[in-house]
Amino acid sequence: MSLYRDTGVVLRVQKLGEADRIITMLTRRHGKVRAVAKGVRRMTSRFGARLEPFGHVDVQFYTGRTLDVVTQVQTLDAFGVGLVNDYQRYTAGCAVLETADRLTLEQGEPAFRLYLLVTGALRALAEGSRDASLVLDAFLLRAMSFAGWAPALTECARCGVPGPHPAFNVPAGGSVCPRCRPPGSASPAEETLSLLAALLHGEWSVAEAASAGARREGSGLVAAHLQWHLERQLRSLPLVERRAKPLAAAVDKDNG
Amino acid sequence: MYEGPVQDLIDELGRLPGVGPKSAQRIAFHLLAADPADVSRLQEALQRVKEGVMFCEVCGNVSEQNTCRICRDPRREASVVCVVEEPKDVLAIERTREFKGRYHVLGGSLDPMSGIGPDQLRVRELLSRIGQQVNGVDISEVILATDPNTEGEATATYLGRLLREFPGLTVTRLASGLPMGGDLEFADELTLGRALSGRRAV
Repeated sequence: MSLYRDTGVVLRVQKLGEADRIITMLTRRHGKVRAVAKGVRRMTSRFGARLEPFGHVDVQFYTGRTLDVVTQVQTLDAFGVGLVNDYQRYTAGCAVLETADRLTLEQGEPAFRLYLLVTGALRALAEGSRDASLVLDAFLLRAMSFAGWAPALTECARCGVPGPHPAFNVPAGGSVCPRCRPPGSASPAEETLSLLAALLHGEWSVAEAASAGARREGSGLVAAHLQWHLERQLRSLPLVERRAKPLAAAVDKDNG
Repeated sequence: MYEGPVQDLIDELGRLPGVGPKSAQRIAFHLLAADPADVSRLQEALQRVKEGVMFCEVCGNVSEQNTCRICRDPRREASVVCVVEEPKDVLAIERTREFKGRYHVLGGSLDPMSGIGPDQLRVRELLSRIGQQVNGVDISEVILATDPNTEGEATATYLGRLLREFPGLTVTRLASGLPMGGDLEFADELTLGRALSGRRAV
């Protein structure tokens, strides 16, 4: 009998049989793990509530033949409680989980940095101190850069000439200089590219000062870039609510 | 492997949820030995379920006619509507014998990861229903009875936000807390937390 213990975030749950679920988790040391949680759909289950999506848990697995089995669970952070009270943050959280699930192809392949990024993004979304749409875009940009697909934002994606450049081409891998610019490239505003660079490097003061138009354009570029490299559509991305909510600080500034 | 029709029957039964190969075999041999009248009754029931069942045009519950039994019943309060995810949930609430209002079946919960947004559920029908009078009575209360899990809670939050716009409408959410017949020490912290925050004066 082999038991192992790890901490992880529940990415998705699927029904199995009468009362069981298959839980997909992103763990700290074991990467993506799919495991069976027995009897969790029953009202009397003692850990059903802990194995909901967005749950950050300390969990013990029993190594099974095809799928491992969850034997004990303890909650570290219940991000779901904060997220389900706001539909915009919930949809952004779902996009974070789906992206994490798609970016980890192999089970058991360690993905420690992605794990930290996912827990950080969910914590920021659950606390609600920053705009959900910006948190999501920052997560997507950094997750892509861990996967090796960081978009070129300050130099040309083809020839490497330092920019900023006025054109953006998804298949080329980011912003492109006038000489390398392929036909059909987008021409985002300069503010949009600096917003994306700020999100990638965590400069929140710059990112939060960006206009609504730049945020909208930036989200579109990030979504296109991500889905191009994943080679598939993310189901949750079109359902994310992108309304920019005025943050308390911005409102104060307007009034003062 | 059995021959011909028996094996076909076992294969078909084995596709049903929760029926494994052994159970399929047991059911098949039970049907083989059963009274022909029993088998033809089952056969008719199977046929009717695909041909005769429709969805109530008011609430979306499974029904035999255009409107379901509950929506037709004049004794049910028309002013209270209970919003549930699935027709199964209507039955679960009916079993309590506590609820005398009417229902609205959404057909699922908001689950962006499976591509299910508000447009895939019967949300628009709910909103148009609230604006209309039934037998001269306005809907005054909507009870959100979606599942107490992440998707169900998010659905309730979303609907709550939409329904707030209707003046004079009370929107309530099912309480959640400790199961009857349980021990406090075995309750998980999320449920116990919800039970504490939703406590009431006695």
